[in-house]
Amino acid sequence: MMRNSTPKDIGSINFGLMEPEEYREMSATKIITADTYDDDGFPIDMGLMDPRLGVIDPGLECKTCGKHSGSCNGHFGHIELAAPVIHVGFTKLIRRLLRGTCRECSRLLLTEDEREEFHGDIDRSRKLGRDLNDVTKAAIRQARKKDRCPFCGEVQYDIEHEKPTTYYEVQQVLTSEYSQRIAGAMQGDEEEGIERTTPDELAAKTDIELTRINEILSGSFRPRESQRKAIEKALSIDLTDEDTNKLMPSDIRDWFENIPDEDIEVLGIDADRSRPEWMILTVLPVPPVTARPSITLDNGQRSEDDLTHKLVDIIRINQRFMENREAGAPQLIIEDLWELLQYHVTTFMDNEISGTPPARHRSGRPLKTLSQRLKGKEGRFRGSLSGKRVNFSARTVISPDPTLSLNEVGVPDRVATEMTQTMNVTERNVTEARRFVSNGPEGHPGANYVRRPDGRRLKVTEKNCEELAKKVDPGWEVNRHLIDGDIVIFNRQPSLHRMSIMAHEVVVMPYKTFRLNTVVCPPYNADFDGDEMNMHALQNEEARAEARVLMRVQEQILSPRFGGNIIGAIQDHISGTYLLTHENPRFNETQALDLLRATRIDELPDPSGIDDEGEPFWTGQDVFSELLPDDLNLEFVGTIGDTVVIEDGQLVEGTIAEDEVGAFDGEIVDTITKVYGNTRARIFINEVSTLAMRTIMHFGFSIGIDDETVPDEAESRIQETIDDAYDQVQELIEAYEREELESLPGRTIDETVEMKIMQTLGRVRENAGDIAEEHFDDDNPAVVMAESGARGGLLNLTQMAGCVGQQAVRGERINRGYEDRTLSHYRPNDLSAEAHGFVENSYTSGLSPREFFFHAMGGREGLVDTAVRTSKSGYLQRRLINALSELEAQYDGTVRDTSDTIVQFEFGEDGTSPVMVSSGDENDIDVDHIADRVLDSEFDTEDEREQFLGTKRRETNLSEHADSRRVSDAPEVTSDD
Amino acid sequence: MTEAEFDVSDDVTAVVEDTQLPRRLKDRVYRTVEERDGVTVEQADEIAKAVETRYLDTRIDPLDPVGTVSAQSIGEPGTQLTMNTFHYAGVAEIDVTQGLPRLIELVDARKTPDTPTMSIFLEDEYATEREKAHEVVWKIEATKILALGDVSTNVADMRVVISLNEDTLAERMITPEEVAEIIEDHLGVQTVQQGATIEFGPEEPSYRDLLQLVEELRDITFKGIEEVSRVVIRREELDDGSEEFVLYTEGSAFGDVLSIEGVDASRTTCNNIHEIYRNLGVEAARETIIEETNNTLAEQGLDDVNVRHLMLVADIMTNRGEIESIGRHGISGSKQSVLARAAFEVTVNHLLNAAIHGEIDELDGVTENVIVGKPIKLGTGDVDLRMGSTSR
Repeated sequence: MMRNSTPKDIGSINFGLMEPEEYREMSATKIITADTYDDDGFPIDMGLMDPRLGVIDPGLECKTCGKHSGSCNGHFGHIELAAPVIHVGFTKLIRRLLRGTCRECSRLLLTEDEREEFHGDIDRSRKLGRDLNDVTKAAIRQARKKDRCPFCGEVQYDIEHEKPTTYYEVQQVLTSEYSQRIAGAMQGDEEEGIERTTPDELAAKTDIELTRINEILSGSFRPRESQRKAIEKALSIDLTDEDTNKLMPSDIRDWFENIPDEDIEVLGIDADRSRPEWMILTVLPVPPVTARPSITLDNGQRSEDDLTHKLVDIIRINQRFMENREAGAPQLIIEDLWELLQYHVTTFMDNEISGTPPARHRSGRPLKTLSQRLKGKEGRFRGSLSGKRVNFSARTVISPDPTLSLNEVGVPDRVATEMTQTMNVTERNVTEARRFVSNGPEGHPGANYVRRPDGRRLKVTEKNCEELAKKVDPGWEVNRHLIDGDIVIFNRQPSLHRMSIMAHEVVVMPYKTFRLNTVVCPPYNADFDGDEMNMHALQNEEARAEARVLMRVQEQILSPRFGGNIIGAIQDHISGTYLLTHENPRFNETQALDLLRATRIDELPDPSGIDDEGEPFWTGQDVFSELLPDDLNLEFVGTIGDTVVIEDGQLVEGTIAEDEVGAFDGEIVDTITKVYGNTRARIFINEVSTLAMRTIMHFGFSIGIDDETVPDEAESRIQETIDDAYDQVQELIEAYEREELESLPGRTIDETVEMKIMQTLGRVRENAGDIAEEHFDDDNPAVVMAESGARGGLLNLTQMAGCVGQQAVRGERINRGYEDRTLSHYRPNDLSAEAHGFVENSYTSGLSPREFFFHAMGGREGLVDTAVRTSKSGYLQRRLINALSELEAQYDGTVRDTSDTIVQFEFGEDGTSPVMVSSGDENDIDVDHIADRVLDSEFDTEDEREQFLGTKRRETNLSEHADSRRVSDAPEVTSDD
Repeated sequence: MTEAEFDVSDDVTAVVEDTQLPRRLKDRVYRTVEERDGVTVEQADEIAKAVETRYLDTRIDPLDPVGTVSAQSIGEPGTQLTMNTFHYAGVAEIDVTQGLPRLIELVDARKTPDTPTMSIFLEDEYATEREKAHEVVWKIEATKILALGDVSTNVADMRVVISLNEDTLAERMITPEEVAEIIEDHLGVQTVQQGATIEFGPEEPSYRDLLQLVEELRDITFKGIEEVSRVVIRREELDDGSEEFVLYTEGSAFGDVLSIEGVDASRTTCNNIHEIYRNLGVEAARETIIEETNNTLAEQGLDDVNVRHLMLVADIMTNRGEIESIGRHGISGSKQSVLARAAFEVTVNHLLNAAIHGEIDELDGVTENVIVGKPIKLGTGDVDLRMGSTSR
């Protein structure tokens, strides 16, 4: 039997219903008692915790397969239900089948032609992957139109479904009050103008003998159906009553058993795998104990799983049912019990059915039954199958370390000693392996476990490490600690794009935080205000190789979203390069060398000039140029609007700031990455950031209150503009009140006045900002930051020094609060600026209480907005990923999904990788330039030429750590194809 | 494309044609070689090789999981979009849904957008003359009774009295007779029309009926298209410096508008992708999805998102020849794999239906393979490695 052999590789999964016999066959035992454990704490035989259902307590042996807990997956049992019950999941289909098949012969109520048609529809839908239920619905709708069965001629009745699991057959039968109703109708109604009918007339109209009519009128004869109809027609009355006849599950089962296979196929049901009668359960499978483990509480009491509780209920009722039936209890009691059994089986499957009270735990908490286990984010599918927990992972707070390369991550030693990499010991590394083992589990480059060639795993302890180290030989495996240069995966949630998960090289460090170079903050969207990140140690060579080649930070410098670099200088780096190059300051030799000391440059170029004292000096631009590749040529309009010119790797003109070296499309970084490759770009970014840090430390950079304070003269001018605006607003309001205001096209007068006031007040802030700006020097740190794009903008400066401006909620001035006014401080319908949230103060001068309140209103809207947005965009992202995750570019350039449906014949209509283009220009190939180089053959080495021609790939360094010890003339291993 | 003639030797042609370059680049190599004198075949070969290397570097890598990358590239900036529903887009007078809600609306492929709108371009003299442009406006904008005149009720006589404004009537090109006729058609009442006044009343004197009639009267569209509640004319500058009139509408009826005289059907657009699909077909719908998503992102300053990503989304939405939404009612809900559908949303129903229909999960896709713990056939999972022999 296949039961005990779990397949190693699943080829495909078939879905279908199971027939009762199959449940019995796979069952390890029949369950008959509702009790779980006896007084001694042993599971009761044929109880819900029967040891044949699997083991959960360690040490015990499974009675079915003989395995121990952990390796035994558990085995199903079964309960023989005293009476059939309906499976809740299929109530809709059961209703459809009842309505669409004959109550007598169980055949589908469709003529041959109709069957053919729907069969074709089903096949087509299957092929196209459409929802089969739509066809089923249509077929049933057609079948319901039939009054009589086209095969046996039986009259069909309507089926009513009372949710969740009760079905009635509705028949029209003669009412018991027929004589009264006929007599009443024969009386006629003078007001309505209906004449009296005599029995004679009635007899004539209906073709019924007069004596019969009289018998009917006296109530001694029940009219036959044809007579009833005739009378009904003659007197235009209704003589019927609805009679509902409850269909018991057993009736339904019998009904379904007779539906022929070919009829079912028309409805899209697979008759081989899913006979409709199997939707009505006669045997209930009991999940193995491993699926519903009981937990032992501290006081020794056992607490059972929700499913077990539910099964207990089912068995109890099942037994009562059987006892009562055997004792010959009245039908009413039997039916009640049947309903109760149905309820328990229903809630066992799904406890969130509308209209039925959920089954509750003693504490009042609704039970979590089968459906609830599968559903939702934390359910089996999304929580346990699509997302899995992993070993070899670590999480801690992150902090910055500018001395690391962007490829590296500082790993705390206590993390490094916990997470291991498996070493396969060979002759070549046996001494190394022994050293790791002899260091033990506590000493840093140590080992935690070893595996002997016989497969036995031994823990390395402080006590046995020396001894074990001697035994380690080729063929052993050593789980050694993480060491410098190991590759690990690093991640910050939310993982919104692929740059949220990148591979880093380990640098083991003291203390407890992960250390990052600050330039990798943008891709992770990380800051250091308490952010935590996750690290995963890779466990096989294939994964490590993939991580190194594809996932390393330097491979992710370019973002596929916009084709520019996402890693680059940020914040202080940008201020730094700005200070270094903006006014092109001069540095003496010591200073210049100090600036470059963390870079590869250890010799200065020729001095830029000799100053008045005869000392040589180097300009900021020349210092910066040292970092550029020697043959880089660029010219573009830079951040501050000047032209940046780079000729032969020399910055000739321009200021280096955000648009030059910043993250998110810094022109220079972008060009270096695309032209010189990722490794060169990594070196450049690393060096720019260290140079910038040195520079900013050289000049010093700080900000204080005084930097945002404007002189009194400016202050009074700002006050003037504000007063002016108030006057204008007042004029507008007066014009509005005089009804002289002309409305803008398509706007009401009210809207117009609001818009005009908004405009006026918007201008105030601008003007205030302009005035404030005039009084700030160019070396004002806030101005430097805004200018260079390091942080903040002029708006922030305006708000700090000039005036905070209009507060808005929902894009309008603040209009909420009291009736017709925002606060009780104002008159109703006051339209003035201050009454609707205009803040005339600046952050330095301080807000008045009312202003503060309005400001808080605006601020609150922002917070709410962010909260709503994150959830909405998270769901959007999930849907997008789910819809597109299967698409892949193929060797032939097409984009196909995993079932090989072509979605695009060429990716993005031109097959260009989004990484290699920036949306601005298409990274055009300069054929002329290439021709120049080939014809002039200006290559320093043969290598360079081959690289240029593409016959030899550019070398990629796979480990920064190993760079220093890299043997340059090691033979390359090439593949043979 | 016709092959341009270049004055190069056959050998050069042979080496250049041997590369995987597209026509455009081959031609440029020929031109470069042609321009320079004395380029040997070897040199031409090297030029071609070098260009080819550069070209191949810009190609998308085979087995690149472009779907996931595109999805991330659109989803990630979603966090930066505003929630603010209304924003003035281009035309200050017309409110259009913007930001995240609009993006969600597009991806959902909603039947009607929150704020349907059309940009109607005009032809010939309609585009240049204001009067002519206005003619088109009156044909499009729904004209209600309140725009034509004043409505009053005479309670004493139980009559509704409309006094039409003759100037407006002339401007909108509708006569009092026509107005009266339309009222009779719609309300089923007898009207008395005298010059610019129209009178009518309920059959039997009833105050309620009278008010009812007034209510119904207000809803009648006398001229123009019912769905279009407002049209704004704007004068816009063209690239060549000339100006033209462009109409922007609140509400949309794309099909109706296209057939109106003076409307330039080749440039007129609408922001309802379904209307575009119905009138112009899937390819146009695809184009509109790209255009609309791009505009939505650009409006929020995210114009740097590569169009290729938007194209892929639009392509998968229109892959079956009709517009499918992204989500459980569309692409995710019609996936082949039962497990993938179950793992997305409405888990239990998918499993139950799969059982009834006897579905088989072939485990081709991504989610299914994550679930059963098999490697995914995407990217590096789509290739096998073979150990190469040592270097030759």
